[in-house]
Amino acid sequence: MTEAATETRDPPVLEISGLTKTFGDRIVLDGVSLSVARGQTVCLLGPSGSGKSTLLRCVNWLETPDQGAIYLSGERMGIRKGGVVPMGNGELARLRMRMGTVFQHFNLWPHMSVLQNIIEAPIHVQKRRRDEVIAEAEALLENVGLSDKRDAFPSRLSGGQKQRVGIARALAMKPELLLFDEPTSALDPELVGEVIAVMKTLSQGGSTMLVVTHEMGFARETADKVVLMDAGRIVEEGEPEVFFGRPKTERARQFLQRYVSA
Amino acid sequence: MIRDVSLIWQNADRLLDGLTNTVILSLVGATLALVFGALVAIALMASNRAVRLTSRGLVDLMRCVPFLMLVYLVYYGLPRLGLRFDSWTAGLVAIVIYNTAYMAEIIRGIWSRLERETIEAGIAFGFHGWKLVARIVMPQIFLAAAPMIGNQLIQIIKDTAFLTIIAVPELTHAANSIQAQYFIPFATFLSAVLLYWALCMVVELGVFVVERIAEKRR
Repeated sequence: MTEAATETRDPPVLEISGLTKTFGDRIVLDGVSLSVARGQTVCLLGPSGSGKSTLLRCVNWLETPDQGAIYLSGERMGIRKGGVVPMGNGELARLRMRMGTVFQHFNLWPHMSVLQNIIEAPIHVQKRRRDEVIAEAEALLENVGLSDKRDAFPSRLSGGQKQRVGIARALAMKPELLLFDEPTSALDPELVGEVIAVMKTLSQGGSTMLVVTHEMGFARETADKVVLMDAGRIVEEGEPEVFFGRPKTERARQFLQRYVSA
Repeated sequence: MIRDVSLIWQNADRLLDGLTNTVILSLVGATLALVFGALVAIALMASNRAVRLTSRGLVDLMRCVPFLMLVYLVYYGLPRLGLRFDSWTAGLVAIVIYNTAYMAEIIRGIWSRLERETIEAGIAFGFHGWKLVARIVMPQIFLAAAPMIGNQLIQIIKDTAFLTIIAVPELTHAANSIQAQYFIPFATFLSAVLLYWALCMVVELGVFVVERIAEKRR
């Protein structure tokens, strides 16, 4: 079933509608709706515990939402056509391989070299040709400035280098959507810049990105849309100039006061 | 004493035949036990409660049976059920069954302490099922488990000596038959002990090499 609407308008790369998630009796997501258009960078801000990371984890179904729907380029995530039967692991995998995820704690595979980390999923999940994937991986390593670490193991890298490998690994999937889960939160302050620089280049290069972050500078300069979450809800969303310059809600003003030290 | 040594020397081929059998039984036994152990470990970690409890029960049962009793059971007991093995095969079967339980327990122990995050990254990148286990989970487990698997291999080498009781022509059996023929127990058994020791040193060396490889990868 292909939508006939392709010539009029493409569906957004990511469409989240009415997402709800509870852990026990704690409501973590309370009816969140959000969309990310092709080429957009959307930054999710909010105090810790506001549900940003859970929202991101729902997008690739690492957490199963209780209610609501997620669409990747118009395709329903996690639930089969008909809207009732949950997908099996194989079906989920076919959707997951169209996204690239960058984790707070890098989560590189420690038993593989840098190059192996990058080529692993494209070869073994996406079944692409090995020589082709290796050539792309080498180009990606050059882009993130780590060509000399090609054969090193993750344990030998600094946090910033690990995260740049993490980004290269996500990019090697040629993803429709890049998910960043607090990519700089685990880094020493002096290493944040090198990762942010790579992310800026990606954003300007037209990648579609959903970024959970505490880096206000990045959000302000790079985001097409900023979303503030609090207690499982979106309290304000808008263009960064408006959000940072003239926030509409009291909650946003409080948040900015605390997190953006003038 | 010089006569003893020269008698041993003349019968070196018998000792070496025994050693060869010990090596083959240990290596084949350990390899099969490791493969089956990995499969049982998957059952021990299964989300299905029935699968988990059944495998847990079998592993615990196996760990409580004396090895010698299991050897008797396989060699003398199973023919009653129509399963008749020659002594060599019976010995191998006993080694594999017995050590599958231990290998499974080693692998499960490391698996449960393995960081959830790298597995989650595998899932996020589209791995699932067998591929996830084979490419993301198991390699990390085997690197971490190398010292324990090495220990178990040494245990297996020593356990093969029990198989002399069902006349498997392994090292202890060969030593015993030489000393019974010439009445030179000290020299023969000492030779056998030295050969066991050398074998264990080779295993230790292997563990050392794997450890070096693993160190870079954690």
